Amino acid sequence: MGVLIENFASVTFPQVVMWIIGALLIFLAIKKEMEPSLLLPMGFGAILINLPNSGAKHIIDVMFRIGIDNEFGELMPLILFIGIGAMIDFTPLLTNPKLMLFGAAAQFGIFFTLCLASFFGFDIKDAASIGIIGAADGPTAIAVSMELGSKYVGAIMVAAYSYMALVPLVQPPIIKLCTTKKERLIRMDNTAGKAPSKLTKILFPIVVTVIVGLVAPDAVALIGFLMFGNLIRECGVLNSLSETAQKVLANLVTTFLGITIAARMRADEFLKIDTLLIIGLGLFAFIFDTFAGVMLAKIMNLFSKKKINPMIGAAGISAFPMSARVVHKMGLEEDNQNFLLMHSIGVNVSGQIASVIAGGLILTFFR
Amino acid sequence: MFDINALLNSLPYMGKGMLGIFVVTSLIVLVVNALNNIPEKKENKNREEK
Repeated sequence: MGVLIENFASVTFPQVVMWIIGALLIFLAIKKEMEPSLLLPMGFGAILINLPNSGAKHIIDVMFRIGIDNEFGELMPLILFIGIGAMIDFTPLLTNPKLMLFGAAAQFGIFFTLCLASFFGFDIKDAASIGIIGAADGPTAIAVSMELGSKYVGAIMVAAYSYMALVPLVQPPIIKLCTTKKERLIRMDNTAGKAPSKLTKILFPIVVTVIVGLVAPDAVALIGFLMFGNLIRECGVLNSLSETAQKVLANLVTTFLGITIAARMRADEFLKIDTLLIIGLGLFAFIFDTFAGVMLAKIMNLFSKKKINPMIGAAGISAFPMSARVVHKMGLEEDNQNFLLMHSIGVNVSGQIASVIAGGLILTFFR
Repeated sequence: MFDINALLNSLPYMGKGMLGIFVVTSLIVLVVNALNNIPEKKENKNREEK
């Protein structure tokens, strides 16, 4: 009886705050269906780890060391990349390769936020880890922040996944602010380009890995696993493996990853002013990613006869496929015959590649 | 709290980073364009032979 009372009495206010945060993440996952596969385990993990004298602390710490923070690298994010690679169909990008430039532009938020975080007094490695929230790509954010030894991994993860889930709320006002009604009404040709051959689809992941590996060797693990997953999908002889990677493997690793991240959501580590600052900076990262993608499209329109709907530039943020859907929906709201999905998906998948390249470049600069 | 020097020191990384991404993606765009052309030429050749 004494032990029970002792346990109740040892509940601290910060722990209760973390339970509320955990409950909020679970609420967002279930009620709002925001990234449920990740926010649900993260929320539950946040409660689990913040119980007084929690017996789960040790095992979650062990899981963290095995899956994320071990001497061999970030095992779980990389395995998750195989699943993500298997999910992505690069056909829209291969049909119109220049869409990749929007994916590149929409990584601006990463570097802008890096500078901003430095301005707010974060050490350069922590600033780079905070900037990578703008990759809008959980595994990249985990891999980079862990590799750089950031002490803010928990806050970075919460910010990255929350904003990815909030893309439908964050992006539309920025897109509207940066474009005129006339620009949003621009229709794009949906029949442009011929479908890529099977050989192109098979060679693409190999070629991308080699190019990125030669230019930014530190990115090769990230891009290599992503492209390996895509090769499994496109080779045509591993359909069962591809299905497993897309569904079972990705779901299992995401669940494991979510609950493991809770190791960095202990009240004493998480409840700091810095956490609020990181969450604010993460929002800036997403805003400036969107801004830069739209602006590149507007600049290209100055020199191109065939006009591009600048909204598609916003899909260069890597949050896949939410961002592409947002742009498509906004196009339909302006003109119910304006179908931008094909283009925005192409830009969106290019953002996936570009965000990994950005992560690799950051590792090259700061490791 | 606000560190202007750190901001100024970090600006070159923004330039280098964005330049790096554009260089790599441009290379990929060029290679994909080349890949898209290879099978087309082979198919055309096959058709001509027939």
